[in-house]
Amino acid sequence: MSIVRDGPGSAPAPGAVRPRRPVRGLARSLLITAALIYLVLFLILPFVIVFGQALAHGLATYWAALVDPMAVAAIRLTLTVALVAVPLNLVFGVAAAWAVAKYEFRGKSALVTLIDLPFAVSPVISGLIYVLLFGAHGWFGPWLAAHDIKVMFAVPGIVLATVFVTFPLVARELIPLMQSQGRDEEETALSLGATGWQTFVRVTLPNIRFGLLYGVLLCNARAMGEFGAVSVVSGHIRGLTNTMPLHIEILYNEYNATAAFAVASLLALLALVTLVARAALERQAPELRRKPLPGPLP
Amino acid sequence: MAATASRIPFPARRPRRVLPGFGLTLGYTLLYLSLIVLLPLGATFLKTAELGWPQFWRVVTSPRVLASLRLSFGAAALAALVNTVAGLLVAWVLTRYEFPFRRLIDALVDLPFALPTAVAGIALTALYAPGGWIGGLLAPLGVQVAYTPLGVVVALVFIGLPFVVRTVQPVLEDLDREVEQAAATLGASSAQIVIRLVLPTVWPALLTGFALAFARGIGEYGSVIFIAGNMPMVSEIAPLLIVTKLEQYEYASATAIAVVMLLISFFVLLGINALQGWSQRRLGPGGA
Repeated sequence: MSIVRDGPGSAPAPGAVRPRRPVRGLARSLLITAALIYLVLFLILPFVIVFGQALAHGLATYWAALVDPMAVAAIRLTLTVALVAVPLNLVFGVAAAWAVAKYEFRGKSALVTLIDLPFAVSPVISGLIYVLLFGAHGWFGPWLAAHDIKVMFAVPGIVLATVFVTFPLVARELIPLMQSQGRDEEETALSLGATGWQTFVRVTLPNIRFGLLYGVLLCNARAMGEFGAVSVVSGHIRGLTNTMPLHIEILYNEYNATAAFAVASLLALLALVTLVARAALERQAPELRRKPLPGPLP
Repeated sequence: MAATASRIPFPARRPRRVLPGFGLTLGYTLLYLSLIVLLPLGATFLKTAELGWPQFWRVVTSPRVLASLRLSFGAAALAALVNTVAGLLVAWVLTRYEFPFRRLIDALVDLPFALPTAVAGIALTALYAPGGWIGGLLAPLGVQVAYTPLGVVVALVFIGLPFVVRTVQPVLEDLDREVEQAAATLGASSAQIVIRLVLPTVWPALLTGFALAFARGIGEYGSVIFIAGNMPMVSEIAPLLIVTKLEQYEYASATAIAVVMLLISFFVLLGINALQGWSQRRLGPGGA
């Protein structure tokens, strides 16, 4: 590399810039290569190997692992949990974004930070807190047992833990979006005689539809893939409380790696579909530019 | 921001609200937040209070718990550091250079957010195990990744990969290229441009990305437990120790470890909030 002092008095001769060109080109190739090596080792290969391992013993073995009754039960439970947890957090996300974005009130920034709180909690702890409340030795444990209601080691517990870990995902997409849109359009609709509900359905919802979809997409991906929190509350009862990620763990620990990777390949495909849909939504609505997760709201 | 014009001055005690639904939406938000998040978390702290201070202290300072906390925080810090350096590199390459599949690679950076942790866990184990695609290459060199603390770091590097890239990328995109070109025509070398121009602008974002990756790494469970080998005192992370204690019905001990982790994570979150506020004041909106 040519050494040129950058002091104010030492403007280089015009020729001095020229020899650096090939060096720049070389640096450029080196940087690109280094970045690609890092990405291949830590990003691309882990993704590719899922499919490699799943199909290692042929399509028939792959298919058999997917139609196994236990696998089908796990897939059904995962879909059920997402179907309950995502709408719950969707309603919350819309309500929270409406309150935060359309009004001024004391403690608003504290509220926004609290909404993000679940991201600061380890998945395992997200499960633990519900065990402490609803477990056999938990606060409500004896009462629940007396009334024959099962929350822990049953589907309600799995739903609760999933709701907790996906709690902020819709809200954190909608809050900045609705804040940037302000409330002029809603106020115009109201002054023209629309009711509050009509204003929401005809003005607000169309404005936030891409943000809503975006939040639901991320919320769904996380809900279907959650492992730590669900593992603590599920009890691992095969065919009953095993979600897909838990089923993968059991198969893997039984040295049935091919079947584990077969089920894992479905979740890997879901991840890929999520990323593609996300990219498509970003093209429709550039204001949804991807942000890192988890993290505090801007 | 469009809302600024219509914002009601704060001292007005009873602001006139034109839009309906304030009580309903805020009430529902607070109720749902309390039921799902605040009450259960509060219950966790109360549960530790039952334990009493001497016993709490005995639990969290026992050698096995200390070893697991050291591993969780140490591996998370190391992985975040790797991701800070590599993330800056990736963000730079993605924003400054044109090469084949650049857009595809840019989209794939988010894969660790979308891929379930259990899937990442078994995939990384298969890859870095002694007989795996990468582990097989490392074995002759005497490096074993899977089933060692190094495996924990590798899993956390995967999990934390997008954070630094995604915090630094917008800052690099906004950076005025003309200033760099001016510096180059004045004779500054590439290294000088990076050190004197790029790094001072980028480092708040870099720090935010580091903190986010670190915070995520501390609590990570699914991707780690497959590759770690989970030997007590050696490769057992704190979240796994919580699960182990729970399975042995030692609820109080599990809760004590959880409270220590929660407290530290909250401080990290507060730090990130402060950092973001600071870097936004430094760089203007959209800075980080």
